Amino acid sequence: MVPLNWYILLSTAVFTIGVFGFLSRRNIIIMFMSIELMLNAVNISLISFSHYLQDLRGQILAFFVIAVAAAEAAIGLAIIIALFRNKATAHVDEIHEMQG
Amino acid sequence: MLPELFFAYFAFAIVLLSILIITRKNPVHSVLWMLLLFFHIASLYLFLNAEFMAAIQVIVYAGGILVLFLFVVILVSIKEEIRIGRFISAWPTSFTFAVALFIALFFSLRSFIAAPPGNYTVDIIKKETHTQVLGKLLYTDFLFPFEVASLILLVAIVGAIVLAKKRFKS
Repeated sequence: MVPLNWYILLSTAVFTIGVFGFLSRRNIIIMFMSIELMLNAVNISLISFSHYLQDLRGQILAFFVIAVAAAEAAIGLAIIIALFRNKATAHVDEIHEMQG
Repeated sequence: MLPELFFAYFAFAIVLLSILIITRKNPVHSVLWMLLLFFHIASLYLFLNAEFMAAIQVIVYAGGILVLFLFVVILVSIKEEIRIGRFISAWPTSFTFAVALFIALFFSLRSFIAAPPGNYTVDIIKKETHTQVLGKLLYTDFLFPFEVASLILLVAIVGAIVLAKKRFKS
């Protein structure tokens, strides 16, 4: 039997890689993929908790995370397309119209 | 021994694929590595007796979201993005931050105390099949969040069409 801690450690590692990717890449599509990576890391930990604590609520929560991830991907990619139509770049640093 | 070996393979593959995703220059390669990552995560779910979640992972993530990503990568021209550098110049800062986050989470793991186990043992789930148990729970105790999720998906559909459609000049 694989201990629960290993799953949580794996989830932590994937989440950390996602955080690093989001902070250090400037291609908007890869930044978006890093967010998906973080959501998947959370799902791994939720489902492993659900299995080891014998409670299905963790899997229900993972189900909702997947639903929200699908909605977020649809909206985010639509925003990327709208952005690309106006600016013709996928590089985040070149989008500075709002002077932020 | 065998479960540990399986887990070691999947953990190694998942971490390696995640690193590959965030370091590739070409987003198309990242998307394809991500496809492989999602299949590995689905196998990990099978390993945790969550076969419905594994199926959902393959159908929604690999079948839906990744195809969306691939279409967007095709629509967005990436010629000049490939030429410039991969990471921002301040990447050591974000690396330090990520490592600090990992260490903090690692040490918080040591003080974790498991809650008392719930009612859904592996035998009960096996007797009633996983999908049925999950469906019963979803349509009774979690009916309201389920409806809210359907509303979120409706907003996403309408919002995606409104954002991505061409503006007609009047």
